[in-house]
Amino acid sequence: MVGELEFERPAKELRDKIAELKSFMDEKGIDLSDEVERLEERLAKVEKEVYGKMTPWDRVQVARHPERPTTLDYISMLFTDFLELHGDRLYGDDEAIVGGIAKFHGKPVTVIGHQRGKDTKENLRRNFGMPHPEGYRKALRLMKQAEKFNRPVVCLLDTKGAYPGMSAEERGQSEAIARNLVEMAGLTVPLVCIIIGEGASGGALAIGVGNHVHMLENSWYSVISPEGAAALLWKDSGQAKRAADTMKITAPDLNEMGIIDKMIPEVEGGAHRDVKKQAEYIEEALQKSLDELSEMSEEELVAHRYEKYKKIGQYTFENDSIGVK
Amino acid sequence: MLKDLFAKKRKYATIPSDRMKQEVPEGLMTKCPECKSIMTTKELNKAHKVCVSCDHHFRMTAQERIQLIIDQGTFREINQDMKTENPLDFPDYLDRIDKDRAKTGMNEAVMTGHGEVEGNPIVFAVMDAHFRMGSMGSVVGEKITRAIEAATEERKPFIIFTASGGARMQEGILSLMQMAKTSVALRRHHEAGLLFISVMTHPTTGGVSASFASVGDYNFAEPKALIGFAGRRIIEQTIRQELPEDFQTAEFLLKHGQLDAVVHRKKMKATLANVLDIHKGGEE
Repeated sequence: MVGELEFERPAKELRDKIAELKSFMDEKGIDLSDEVERLEERLAKVEKEVYGKMTPWDRVQVARHPERPTTLDYISMLFTDFLELHGDRLYGDDEAIVGGIAKFHGKPVTVIGHQRGKDTKENLRRNFGMPHPEGYRKALRLMKQAEKFNRPVVCLLDTKGAYPGMSAEERGQSEAIARNLVEMAGLTVPLVCIIIGEGASGGALAIGVGNHVHMLENSWYSVISPEGAAALLWKDSGQAKRAADTMKITAPDLNEMGIIDKMIPEVEGGAHRDVKKQAEYIEEALQKSLDELSEMSEEELVAHRYEKYKKIGQYTFENDSIGVK
Repeated sequence: MLKDLFAKKRKYATIPSDRMKQEVPEGLMTKCPECKSIMTTKELNKAHKVCVSCDHHFRMTAQERIQLIIDQGTFREINQDMKTENPLDFPDYLDRIDKDRAKTGMNEAVMTGHGEVEGNPIVFAVMDAHFRMGSMGSVVGEKITRAIEAATEERKPFIIFTASGGARMQEGILSLMQMAKTSVALRRHHEAGLLFISVMTHPTTGGVSASFASVGDYNFAEPKALIGFAGRRIIEQTIRQELPEDFQTAEFLLKHGQLDAVVHRKKMKATLANVLDIHKGGEE
């Protein structure tokens, strides 16, 4: 398997050894199955240990794994009859965001997500999953279309951030993000958001103001990337690991803080190790969310989103020792 | 001998600090950081902190802004007793907050309240970049949200003067979520058919620019104010080319269709009053 990560090394070494023994057996016709079995048992133990105590920084590495499934990977597994729709009708088509109509368990939905590439060529086309304003405006167009035809919206979040470039500023990156926040606040259809990889700042939130917000176990969501935080806080982007520890950006942390609704478990070692299985975990969470939200009226959905975000924040009052969270 | 008296005997060159450069001579006189001309501080204050020779708009404190915009004696502050917490246990964070509280006389980087503009009742929020660069954490987000809610409740226009470096790093995800929180409150205000005016002042960037600041029914800005999503340095690193000098200024935004108008400070109150008046529906 390509792209083994540093913290996985003990498991990788064992896996390599087992593979070596197996090929030796085949080649020489010698029966070493006892030995292989013994090693496999040990591997199971080592894997449990390695993946059982992942640090925030380990999770960031998994979230950035080159083979980590992307929005389009999940779309192909979660939905049927997907038809991709392009363009914001104002400027162009931003391939860093994909969206379209599809069916989920037979029912119509609109699905939108950040899309990064898996190789350099695709990454250039998709701008490394960093959208321009036209990407956010396409997303908004599709959300309003979903609202008109009364179908739920599913957003998959996976971005290093909104693109910080001259063209993006000229076309109103701030306004595009800000507009989406206010429009999502008022959307009268269910909106479920799932962070599947990286969730950096306003660029992620711009398709993330959901009724339900779920996170894959090894994804991260933060006001800024660990590197950016380190550069701002300690003037040293090399301290990204420390920032990842401090900033509470992982799914377990954000779940505990009550920022997200649910942490969707990942396949041991990360979603890339069994994409099909991972899609099943997501499917289950999504079905539950949509079932729950489909019970709500238009007004209830908007009010639900209002109450959800209204609560978030930590502060006290003078002469009042009780914190509000 | 006599020559010695006039000879410069300075052994070391004096390099004035940035602060000195900006504020020297302190007190009575003020030097404009743009055109370098020196004027009396009294003169500058009388001109609402606009340079008398080059029109450079100096930064204002929240209190000065209220004095400029809100009719005398009508401002009634709300939520001035809200206190910042330290959710991520950042060392020194609350000490720095305390320092800025003492420095600015504010409880956080935004002041909110009720007031009148030429007799028009409004709810007003004014951010102050002297307090932690106007960055938005839980208290700033909550105060703005409550101000918007008060405006919705009392069916009043909401006017905000923004000045912010963006989301506050030290409160992590909670800061990011303030963008969503203020947005859900603005949505209600919007649905109620009420007026929202955003006035962007120097600087308005990052998460504040990418939320309430950019979605006013009217978006105004002060001349030359820095307004943008990403920092200039980050953009230069990303695209590896130098940016035009006026990049991310109010004038740049106006040219690119992001603003309704750039308004000189001396015309600001009259402009707001004009909009408020038109929104009253005219004469019977």
